[in-house]
Order: sequence, then C-alpha cells, then structure tokens
Amino acid sequence: MDARDTRRPAGQSSVPHKESPASVSCSSQAGSDAPSAKATSVTVQRGQPAPVSNARRTGLLYHPHPYPGRLIAVEGIDGSGKSTQLLLLDRWLRTRGYPVHFTEWNSSRLVRRAMSRGKKKNLLTPTTFSLLHAVDFADRLTYQILPPLKAGMIVLADRYVYTAFARDVARGVDSQWVRQVYSFAPRPDLTLYFRVPIEVSLERLLAGRAKLKYHEAGMDVTHAADPVESFRRFQSRVLAIYDELGQEFALKPIDATQEIPAQQRLVRKMVQEILVDYDRERAQGHHGAAIQAS
Amino acid sequence: MITIASGHRDIMAPQSKPPKSWYGRGLPYLTKKPLPGHLIVIEGTDGVGRSTQVSLLSPWLELEGYAVSSTGWTRSPLLHETINEAKAGHQLTVTTFSLLYAADFADRLEHEILPALQAGFIVIADRYMYTAFARNTAMGADPAWTRDLFGMALVPDLVLYLDIDVDNLIPRVVQGKGMDYWESGMHLALGTDLFDSFHRYQTNLIEEYRRLAQEFGFITVDARRSIDEVQNDLRRHISNYLSSADASRSRLGSSGSGS
Repeated sequence: MDARDTRRPAGQSSVPHKESPASVSCSSQAGSDAPSAKATSVTVQRGQPAPVSNARRTGLLYHPHPYPGRLIAVEGIDGSGKSTQLLLLDRWLRTRGYPVHFTEWNSSRLVRRAMSRGKKKNLLTPTTFSLLHAVDFADRLTYQILPPLKAGMIVLADRYVYTAFARDVARGVDSQWVRQVYSFAPRPDLTLYFRVPIEVSLERLLAGRAKLKYHEAGMDVTHAADPVESFRRFQSRVLAIYDELGQEFALKPIDATQEIPAQQRLVRKMVQEILVDYDRERAQGHHGAAIQAS
Repeated sequence: MITIASGHRDIMAPQSKPPKSWYGRGLPYLTKKPLPGHLIVIEGTDGVGRSTQVSLLSPWLELEGYAVSSTGWTRSPLLHETINEAKAGHQLTVTTFSLLYAADFADRLEHEILPALQAGFIVIADRYMYTAFARNTAMGADPAWTRDLFGMALVPDLVLYLDIDVDNLIPRVVQGKGMDYWESGMHLALGTDLFDSFHRYQTNLIEEYRRLAQEFGFITVDARRSIDEVQNDLRRHISNYLSSADASRSRLGSSGSGS
C-alpha cells in the first residue's frame, strides 16, 4: 500500500512549499494516537490537588521511536534557510525512489481559523498561542506523521516540537510545561538545526519580502514599535534557547551561513547515515521485488 | 487553608487570604496581581442540571451584593467555533480534544477569570479542569499528561459537584436535548448502540468524577432532587464559604501586616 496517497488529498502538490498556509488537509475519521493509559505517576493525596510531576523524562522525545519509517525534522529561526534545504532533500530522496511524506508546522486545517482569527484580532496569549500550535501538531501527528511512519515512509517535517520549545519559552511560557504538553511526540531520527546569526536571517527575510510578520517579529512580546528591532530582540532570545535545545535533544547543527550546495551536501550525508538499515521496499508494498534506484 | 505541593506558586499579594495558587506551573509571564475575588466551580456530568443551577446562582449573589461573572466550558471567543466544527467533523482524537479544551480554558482564564478575580468578582465556572480530567480518564488517555496540561490553571476556592447516578441521569438527558454523539462516547466505539454507549460512558465518567471529588475535596451535592432543593444546598455551601473567607480576610486586615 502506498500510505502517501492515503494521507494526501488528490490534487495536492507533493513538493514542500514555503510559507504556504494551505498545504495540508485532514481526513475525517477519528484517530487513536492518544497518550495511552500508562500507569499513572500521579500521587494522590486526599483533599488536595495531586502534585504535578516535574521534569518527567518519560516522554517519547527522549527515546528512539519504534516505527519502520524515518522521521527527519529541520529547525532554525525564520530566514535560516531550513525550508530551502528541506526542499532540496525532498527532491533528492524522491529522485532516488524513496517514499517521502512532507509536513509543515502550523498547517493543519483544524486550528487554521482560530489561529488567524486570534492573530488578526490580537486575542492570543503566550499560552493559547502555544496550545493552538500543540493542537496543530497533534492533529498532523495523527493524520500526517504517524501513518506514513508506521507504513515505513520517510517523513520530512519543516519544524518540529523544538520550535515550540524555543518560541513559546521566548514568549514567557514555562519551559517544563511546554515539554509536558508535547510529551506524546515521537523523537525524530534526525533533527537538523540550521544556525544563523540574526543579522543574516534578517537580511534574507527583508530581501525576500518587504515586511516582517507581527508574530514572527515577536511584536506581541517585545512591544517594540519597529518590527526589525523587535525581530532582533525576540529572535535573539529564540536563538539562544535553540542553542540550549541543541544540547538537550542532540540536534545536529549546520552552519547556515554557508553556500546552499555546501549545506545540502552535509544534509544528504547525515540523511544517508540514518538510511543505512532502512527497508525501502516495505513502504512501497514491493516486498522482495527489486527496485531500481538511481 | 490549602497546603500546596512544591511546584505550586503563591501568586497572591499579601492582603488577601486564603491565597490562591496555580495547579501546576502557572502562567510565569503574568505580573503578580492581587486576586481578591472568589473562584467557585460547579462540576457534574452532562445533563445533570449545571447550567440551570448556575443561572439561578448569579441573581441570588447579586442580590446579596456580590458582582458575579460566569464562564463556561468551550465558550471562549477564540475557540468555541473551532471546537464545534471539529466535533461536527468527528476528526478529533483524545489528544487534540484535550489540547483544544486546554486552549479554550487558557483563553477564558486569561481574558475572563483572572481579570474578574482581580476586580473582586465572584467567578462561577460552569465546569473546570476536572471535566477534562474525568473525560480523559474515561477515554483512556494518560491521566498524568492531562494534569500536566492544566498546570496553568488556578486552583478554585470552592468546587461544588452535582452528583447523579446514570439511571436518574438518562431520563433527564432524553427529555432534554437528547443523547449527543460525543457525550455518549460514540467515538470510543464502545458499541454501535447510542443508548448502550451512553450508559457505559456516563457510568465511567460518573465513577471518575466521584473519585476526583475525593481527591480534590469537592463538596458533593445530590443532584437527583428538585431544582429548588439542589439550589438551596448550593446557596448554603456558597454562603458558608463566603462567610469564612470574609472572616479570615478581616482577621488578616485587622492584624495589619499581611505577610
């Protein structure tokens, strides 16, 4: 079976596109990715709220996932060039005959309306902003990430939970809480962190389009009047947190100031390493059949 | 007086007592402001008569001289449409369901509940985080995760739980708005029959509510009785709470310091 087709509605492009708010859609059956009823770690004290577990490291993010597919994520601040690199990786993998599924942060239809309404009317707080992104992620996990991963495909994710860990915490959300919220997320096989200085990312963004977006520039938290100044301040905070996450979650750093082809060579090399024992035939339903790969 | 496990943060300014606390990690980016109001929660399963009771409480409290603000589950301006649409499309999982509820809750907490408490209102919440705790357990989600999720919640001053058994609940629901797909737990595929599914799901839910009542020290009110009898009980409990809260507050006021 080709899981790719079951998850992507007909007529939709298979090429990742940057800044596209409408690139995915969801099917309408109920899924079952709920955090399973594990033995509860909540200690019960009569008449009192149960203490909330702190620093639980039992989340899936700290352990390799058990699925036959591969999950590859890219992270980095806006303007780091990560989407470009992911697109080049996507082209390369497909050309070589790998079954690839692409998914992008904040693209689920489920919260699109609430998100745009919240942004337009400035209704979002750091917590609701964070939770709406968690809904988006959980929805895509159910319909876009887990099925292809279980079917043995290669899932490419443009941003992953580390984006929430960096951005939401930069907005003032508790860092422990946001990790707890996302504790149902499987750990990627490879997370590439495109590291770039603020000035370089600003230059790229401003060259590409005239205006920085309100939330991207963090104007909701910095309250700076000048978007560029706000971007500098907010994204510097995000960058500093990303650097810490790199340590905590073993993200693979890539110097994103290098030439695009040089970065892509590195990316492909690292991807090849995690594909060493990958069973491509499984996802294509060609068990035992010889497949030509260029 | 509530004793708080570590991790709870006292967010109260000195002059008001008893102090309010966050259930978990709270909202660290908010500036600490006094919350002199009272947060009163009415919990209970679907169809037990919560909304009716809440609507009778507000005018009574206003006559008593209190300013009242009420808030209800999934009523946030940010998310109520999204939740309704998603339910209509049946595309939710336990995880997305919980996260949407948490987002709805956070929106109301920051935009309705906290401002009203700062202004000294009595906030009556029709359902609170315990609804999510009960439902998620009945749906088979990880209870620890659900509780972590609501770490940003404020611990209420008083929780009144309207208790009913499933056999008394059923006629009310059938004669009322009817059995709902979600409230019957049909998404759990407990069976194809709506009535059987409702019975089983609500039995589990009520069992879980009763367990939570023990754990969190809810005041349980027998909701099998008439509207007036239930209302009288609720008013009695609220009066008791308010007079003891006022007493402790004036004690503190006269001592002058307020540490």
